[in-house]
Amino acid sequence: MDAVFLVTLVVGGTALLSWPLGRYMAWAMDPGTDNAATRLFAGISGATGTQDWRRYVTALLVFNVAMFTVTYLILSFQQVLPLNPDAKGALDAHLAFNTAASFTTNTNLQHYSGEVSLSYLSQLGGLMWLQFVSAATGIAALTALARGIAGRETMGNFIIDVQRASFLVLLPLAVIVASYMAIMGMPMTLQGAAQAITLEGAAQTIARGPVAAFLTIKQLGTNGGGFFGPNATHPLENPSFWTNTVAMACLIIIPMGCVWMFGRIIGRPRHAAVVFGVMLVFLVAKITDSVWFETAPTFALRDLPVEQTVGNLEGKELHFGTAGGPLWAVLSTSTSNGSVGAMHDSLNPLTGLIPMTGMWLNATFGGVGVGMINMFLYIIVAVFVAGMMVGRTPEYLGHRVEAREVKLAGMALFLHAFLILGGTALFAATVWGQGATQDPGAHGFSEILYEFTSAAANNGSGFEGLGDGTAPWNIATGIVMLLGRYVPIILPLAIVGSFMAKRRAAESAGTLGVEDATFATMLALTVIIFGALTFLPAAALGPMAEHFSLAN
Amino acid sequence: MNDILSSMRVVVVTMLVCVAGYTTLILGVANALTPETARGSLITDGTGEVIGSRLVAQGFTEPRYFWPRPSAVDYDAAAAGGSNLSPANPELTDRAETIIAAYGVDAVIPADLVTASGAGLDPHISRDGALFQVARVAEARGMNADAVRGTIERLAFSPGGPFTQDRIVNVLELNLALDADTGTGA
Repeated sequence: MDAVFLVTLVVGGTALLSWPLGRYMAWAMDPGTDNAATRLFAGISGATGTQDWRRYVTALLVFNVAMFTVTYLILSFQQVLPLNPDAKGALDAHLAFNTAASFTTNTNLQHYSGEVSLSYLSQLGGLMWLQFVSAATGIAALTALARGIAGRETMGNFIIDVQRASFLVLLPLAVIVASYMAIMGMPMTLQGAAQAITLEGAAQTIARGPVAAFLTIKQLGTNGGGFFGPNATHPLENPSFWTNTVAMACLIIIPMGCVWMFGRIIGRPRHAAVVFGVMLVFLVAKITDSVWFETAPTFALRDLPVEQTVGNLEGKELHFGTAGGPLWAVLSTSTSNGSVGAMHDSLNPLTGLIPMTGMWLNATFGGVGVGMINMFLYIIVAVFVAGMMVGRTPEYLGHRVEAREVKLAGMALFLHAFLILGGTALFAATVWGQGATQDPGAHGFSEILYEFTSAAANNGSGFEGLGDGTAPWNIATGIVMLLGRYVPIILPLAIVGSFMAKRRAAESAGTLGVEDATFATMLALTVIIFGALTFLPAAALGPMAEHFSLAN
Repeated sequence: MNDILSSMRVVVVTMLVCVAGYTTLILGVANALTPETARGSLITDGTGEVIGSRLVAQGFTEPRYFWPRPSAVDYDAAAAGGSNLSPANPELTDRAETIIAAYGVDAVIPADLVTASGAGLDPHISRDGALFQVARVAEARGMNADAVRGTIERLAFSPGGPFTQDRIVNVLELNLALDADTGTGA
């Protein structure tokens, strides 16, 4: 009963709120004619004119290189820079590389523990800054994609778009939510750790910091990197049921709003509603599975005199309610957020499979901006397959989908699978992976599989029992995150660039409709067949093998 | 080249607005409206010494105090973390057996008392988990068990208000309340 209420409140309530947000985002990101904000952003940056897809991508990459470089330097020199009250030391070069790559790519995979290793300057000026501008990069890319599909002559200007997303979309939401979080009891201070003498006379050092500001943008921008090592399970990063509930809504609100924004910019809100519906069906199915599987008690305690009716409590906090952990796990991995409200490594085997499924698909809402871009790839494949089935030239909203576009879409989807399965295979076969797993057998394999899935999907959560703080892991996942971020942004923009170069056909009665149940079914099947089945063998070796070995 | 110059200008402005401006604003809001929680919900004793945070578990082991959930990091609030063990890992069985032996009560133990939380700092135990410990605490304090139970019922709350059913209790607040009742403690 608790669970039904919580799911309805968080998913249903956020879905309703996302509609006006999408309307606002379309206005903010794509105002059409010049307005005061556009002139201000042009003045700030000196950027003028509009860009074709190649120049848009170039500007995006240049800005992202600047993001990476600035943060790498801050992390590398934190020991001599200000705002370091607890005197944190230097980071290894490979850890600084992994962390800068991780936050630049909106992944927030963390091979360090925030309160142990990082100064407040690294947390705020390095990582929290990237949580704004990497999220803004994704929203800008989706805006450009939508403009191209809408039939505009250019994609707009990246430098202007990234400021619109930062200042008009992310910042106002962050101010509202962070104020709420602070009022609801979250710490917000630049003082160093507190020293306490406990009731039994022991010394306890209590790490704290500017948590409310950091947590908020981490949730809103599908970033996910926690201020503290154990992320949102830490009582100072998530003090109560009500901070937890609002934080979960923040996981999905902008990814949901992005779908409506896309629909408005392309001028086809009904098409957006169909896509939204498909995403929502996947999301609700995953939540139902996950919450249900997690009601099974902790397997290791089955023969002991332990109460067996409250589900698996290992790695969970009591004040989030019984469904808080598994619900957060699904929302965080359906979007590319990756923050955690329970320890995923300690989830029951089949519950642990659901987050992985979310990241394999990476489009059932997905990351801010990029989730809808990933779904666009599935749409292209679905349209192409549907066209082949009825023997007509496939068209998407009047754009002819031909060999070049399908090849590009196929490459982007294939790369995702290759990075995950290739990386897992390499590490599972060598001492790099075998020496790092914590749990024996199939669960150890799941730990490796999860880590590469999370890196390729730019998610950032982990089965944290894995000893992933070593140079091979830092370098390999760093490269996977970079490829998994930029290739699936560049190739879809190239597809739309190719649409823009062709003459657009008028839609007729023979054109495949994209606003009906037939299309929704076709799209859902494409996601299942091309997205999920690719990973079935790996799922069988990991979580499924573990589940069935426990059942006996 | 233009892209590089424009990017650098946007880097500077986003740093100023989204990092310096945003952080300062939220610091201002938090310290103006909720200064006590903004600094970590610290609790001080009569002499002003900090004895812990209301939100952070501490490791009670004496019989006169209620014990918290186990912690994979031994209640280290400067390096928090969970066990991350798979639910079938035999280490969980061993840990639970040790804890059950330490309680030494011949009854079914509430699950939260033998499972570690995600951060190892969960400040709460379930109401059942508190009632499970009443006999030991009452005996160690020379108190009436009903009086101890009364303190638990007074402090137990539903984390989601009317929307959650299970009740939980903050261990540090419970122990402080008992110390106040009996006039003992640090």
